[in-house]
Amino acid sequence: MNELEKDMLPQAVMITIYVLSRQYHVPAGSTILTALEYAGFKLKKGVGCREGFCGACASLYRLQGDYKLHGGLGCATVVQPEMQIVQLPYTPAPKAIYHLEELEPVPEVFTQLYPELYRCLSCNTCTKICPQDLQVMDYIQAAVRGDLEQAADLSFDCIQCGLCSARCPAEITQFNVALLARRLVGKYLAKKGKYVEDRIKEVEASKFTAGYQELQDLSPEDLKKRYFERELNNLIY
Amino acid sequence: MLPQVVMIQIPYYPGCTLKNKASNFETSALAAARALGLELVELPRWNCCGAVFSLSSDDLMRHIAPTNIFLRVQEMNRDHLVEDEYRLVTFCAMCFNVLRRTNQRLRESLEDRNKINDFSYLETETYQGRVEIVHLLELLRSMGWDKIQERVQKPLTGLKVAPYYGCMLLRPKDVGIDDPERPTILEELLRSLGAEPVDFPLKLRCCGSYQTVPNKDLVADLAYDILSRAQKAGAEAITTSCPLCAFNLDFRQKEIQQKYPMFLPIPVFYFSQLMAIAFGLPQEVFGLAGHYANPKTLLATKGYLQATSPLEGG
Amino acid sequence: MVRKIKLQAKNREFTRKISELSGEVAMLCEQCGTCAGSCPMLAEMDITPSQMMRLVQLGQEAVLENKTFWVCASCYTCTVRCPRGIDPAKIAEALRQVKLRQAIDYIRIDEIEPEEAKKLPAIALVAAFRKMTG
Ligand code: SF4
Ligand code: SF4
Ligand code: SF4
Ligand code: SF4
Repeated sequence: MNELEKDMLPQAVMITIYVLSRQYHVPAGSTILTALEYAGFKLKKGVGCREGFCGACASLYRLQGDYKLHGGLGCATVVQPEMQIVQLPYTPAPKAIYHLEELEPVPEVFTQLYPELYRCLSCNTCTKICPQDLQVMDYIQAAVRGDLEQAADLSFDCIQCGLCSARCPAEITQFNVALLARRLVGKYLAKKGKYVEDRIKEVEASKFTAGYQELQDLSPEDLKKRYFERELNNLIY
Repeated sequence: MLPQVVMIQIPYYPGCTLKNKASNFETSALAAARALGLELVELPRWNCCGAVFSLSSDDLMRHIAPTNIFLRVQEMNRDHLVEDEYRLVTFCAMCFNVLRRTNQRLRESLEDRNKINDFSYLETETYQGRVEIVHLLELLRSMGWDKIQERVQKPLTGLKVAPYYGCMLLRPKDVGIDDPERPTILEELLRSLGAEPVDFPLKLRCCGSYQTVPNKDLVADLAYDILSRAQKAGAEAITTSCPLCAFNLDFRQKEIQQKYPMFLPIPVFYFSQLMAIAFGLPQEVFGLAGHYANPKTLLATKGYLQATSPLEGG
Repeated sequence: MVRKIKLQAKNREFTRKISELSGEVAMLCEQCGTCAGSCPMLAEMDITPSQMMRLVQLGQEAVLENKTFWVCASCYTCTVRCPRGIDPAKIAEALRQVKLRQAIDYIRIDEIEPEEAKKLPAIALVAAFRKMTG
């Protein structure tokens, strides 16, 4: 946080939070990430896009008077009084090695590549912790019965934060299973969008090269200015 | 003329295997049920039942899966997908066993129920034991075998079928759908369809169940005993209601043939396939693809298949 | 062969633990052997189900090193036939659970041949993993 940003919070109400069991006073209304930085943590890992997309800042927290263990993204979760926080930016996860070209979009891919999937107890613990509010159990169960499309569909907003996997009593790596489902659906089953092919052709024909070069040549200040002035609503996907 | 049927709608739980490896069993079962006026409405959202009932006293975690399924039946009633219908129909013998046994445990223990309801705090409903688990065979029996017989258009006359019960339909006693030592329900079904039930001594003997995962040779031996005893008794085919039995008895014939070269393959039918055939339903719903031991030759020789139409998917 | 066993507190403790986990009173077993005679998996076992029952009665923790309770297929034949109304299948499950709760699995999922995994139906995998992995 730079001086300017700190100046913007002068009259902020301060609240008490606990990070790794140590007490800190931070401005109310901060997100977990800004609160950590306010408290003096220098975040090099466990922080990424700060916009809720990259999944790097997964955090666990508990609230006062509530036995439940909550999961949230550090950049998107606002701190609350007496909150206990720890970041869990990474969950070790086995990942099957495969070549998408050699796979077929058939139910058997799951028994072959992620047989541990069949240990799922349907306890719903993964759904409880998911910061994206996904029906994680349901997408895992879709995979169990070999329903690739439903598994891909229900997991579409997964940002691979890893919290579900850390909590799973069956030690499943939900997000990697989901990734496999989405890749197979994307490659083999989903309707192909013509606009994607068109855009790829445009990229290959160097239509955007000049534009990128222009951005690269800007000074950091000008680049920031351009970023904040961009017309979000006019973005064409 | 076929008797007029009034359709009734009942919630239905397929289970993982009938949706996947054994989807051919599901096709035939749904079609056969529909022919009898049973419209089985699949739960809009469901999870694996766990396949085996957890036998230890404190292992509540493993009873959550079936409880979720019971809650879905409540939701179907809440959302008017069915009207005041708390019966839940299954075909798969393993699903049936787990669901009914868990339901029994939850009905008996308020403490267990409370613990699971409390654990599943994301659910909008709690479970109090209202759902009733029914196997399709039980539904058939309660309709009356004469009703089944009335629906038959192509009686399976002369088809010698050994009914194989296995474990999960019958045991333990208070869960089973028939006498655990002298069951008759499959024989009655076969007779209603016009087939000839073949009694054989190993019809209640376990096929090895999930031991097929670590020890396929062992299961091949068990399956060999069962199949060859049925053949010795004169059976031309076997029928079962359990997709795991069907897998062990059918697909392990590959290992059997390697170990016992004299063994002649014998087709294994899901009970509903025989119903679909006898009811004269369209050949596509028989689900004859996805077998290991080819069932088509036998059916064709008996004249139950139209030789001219392609057997694709049928 | 006669083997003399002197029962100690730890033996009674083991019997109690298995009874609690299974919800079955192992002490009721009269060693009639019906379970052994009915068991379809007997040929594959190293001790019979009734011997398993006896070892549990005597609180012999060494029973945990036997293969019998892992080979049990939970077919419930013994369950319906035991004249004393005991459920040996539940005793077998309790023994499996003791091992699994010590994080000792009977099968390794990564050792299943991918070709075999491709063939197996979900129901077989789910059941085997529930019984043989913790
Ligand atoms: S936490 Fe694990 S075991 Fe529980 S429902 Fe999710 S994937 Fe299944
Ligand atoms: S599904 Fe799992 S990895 Fe994906 S966002 Fe939710 S908790 Fe994170
Ligand atoms: S439940 Fe187990 S011990 Fe009992 S008869 Fe069946 S396989 Fe044997
Ligand atoms: S059948 Fe029952 S009483 Fe007889 S040996 Fe087995 S457990 Fe004991």
